[in-house]
Amino acid sequence: MTDVDVIVVGGGPAGSCAAIVAARAGLSVVLLERGPFPGSKNMYGGVVYPRILDELIPNWWEEAPIQRWVTRRSTMLLTETQALTVDFRTEAWGKAPYNGATAYRPDFDHWLAGHAEAAGAQLLTSTTVTGLLRDANGAVVGVTTDRPDGDLRARVVIACDGVNSFLAKEAGLYEHTDAKHFTLGVKETLALPKEVIDERFGVRGREGVDIEIIGGTGAVNGGGFVYTNLETVAVGVVLKISKLASQSMRPEQIIANLKAHPGIAPLIEGGEIKEYSAHLIPEAGLKMMPKMTTDGMLVAGDAAALCLAAGIWLEGVNFAMASGMYAGESAAEAIKVSDVSAAGLGGYQRRLSETFVLKDHRKLRRAPELVLSDRVQHLYPQMIANVVERMFRIDNPAPKPGLRRILNQERKRAGIKRRDLMRDTLDGYRSFG
Amino acid sequence: MTPGNFLETMETAEFRVSPDAHIVVDSAICADCTTRECVVACPANLFVPTADGGVVFNYEQCFECGTCYMVCTQEGAIKWDYPAGGYGVVFHRT
Repeated sequence: MTDVDVIVVGGGPAGSCAAIVAARAGLSVVLLERGPFPGSKNMYGGVVYPRILDELIPNWWEEAPIQRWVTRRSTMLLTETQALTVDFRTEAWGKAPYNGATAYRPDFDHWLAGHAEAAGAQLLTSTTVTGLLRDANGAVVGVTTDRPDGDLRARVVIACDGVNSFLAKEAGLYEHTDAKHFTLGVKETLALPKEVIDERFGVRGREGVDIEIIGGTGAVNGGGFVYTNLETVAVGVVLKISKLASQSMRPEQIIANLKAHPGIAPLIEGGEIKEYSAHLIPEAGLKMMPKMTTDGMLVAGDAAALCLAAGIWLEGVNFAMASGMYAGESAAEAIKVSDVSAAGLGGYQRRLSETFVLKDHRKLRRAPELVLSDRVQHLYPQMIANVVERMFRIDNPAPKPGLRRILNQERKRAGIKRRDLMRDTLDGYRSFG
Repeated sequence: MTPGNFLETMETAEFRVSPDAHIVVDSAICADCTTRECVVACPANLFVPTADGGVVFNYEQCFECGTCYMVCTQEGAIKWDYPAGGYGVVFHRT
């Protein structure tokens, strides 16, 4: 006795892609969203890399509600008074088929959910899922909701219920969760006229800039970001919550300090705050991932910790969309042969393993921990900035000192052991190489 | 940032406030807590120490992020659910 073939919980990128694929396979699909519209609960920095959508929505770039195409990427190291930036720009990312884009999640997610509806999925908003329905053997057979008579039964439940995924926890897919594996993202969206943004960031038309920052978060391990939207600039920080909780500076103060930095302040001066927002990020990759499948249920997106936080690569929406797609395909495959047990749904794990979703995570498995380590966070930015400052400082009549000598002196001044520096360099090479 | 400024900052986010609190904090348990991780970590600054040594939580402007229950070290201090459908934070569309 089922009401529908597939229930998808959560109208974010994972849920909408799961619903699109399942509905297109001819299944009856209900997509449940607890907010008043899809995207209303969703927040990120924000850059999205929609390449994977080529498989679902050809020429998506002609209709997706994007703000700017990222044609310029900067990686910035900050100390209290210094900034070192590596800046890359390319014309190629400003034209079809594009690469990354800034977008507001309430716009983007709402748009993607529209495609799920167009494919035939039934979208139910303002509906909070409160738990799982299980049969006598423990298999998931549906969900309970906060609607009157709100139980819904299905052959497969796809849990795309976000970073806190109470459904994955209830199903026993997480052995444990550890605060050390999460970061808190907080940001301010600041309004500025388009011409001002274009001029300050050196872009035109729909070109946009993505600045990733390390070293700008004080005593709390994490990172910062500045992204250009059409008429706003998003500035924010990502903070390791276990560190945040064990010191005394509040998140809004850490943002305020980043905004006041001499390398950041001129970019956002005069920007009036339009929205302050916050969200958790599953940061630890493979170290925290749950089992992806149980009898009658799959888990995708942030709910499955499929977020790549690897320093120079910060991606989540693409992993959500891809895992949602593969969950939808695998659910359809299992339903077709009437085996929705964990084994019958096993195509999901296989698809994740064979694609970038888990391949990227395996390749970069050491990166999240390295990037958030104390030396990378608190010692190396100062050492590197000092080295560069001395390289470019002209101390005439003294001659230029050798780079090796400067590096050695600054390493000692920062209190870094040669052995640790070599180990971290090797670790970085292995993590990113 | 002054406390007054931050209240204005919080005004920029939209909340459709439910009549029922989705998060309930047991102030008696908090009274025994010396570390108070929630007070510094909540991005909306909703955990407020009280004069009698407890902690009050104001659910109205909650981002539903989950940070508080994750950093809390006191068993049973925070009962955390999502708000009923349609309620709670609503991030802006353009």
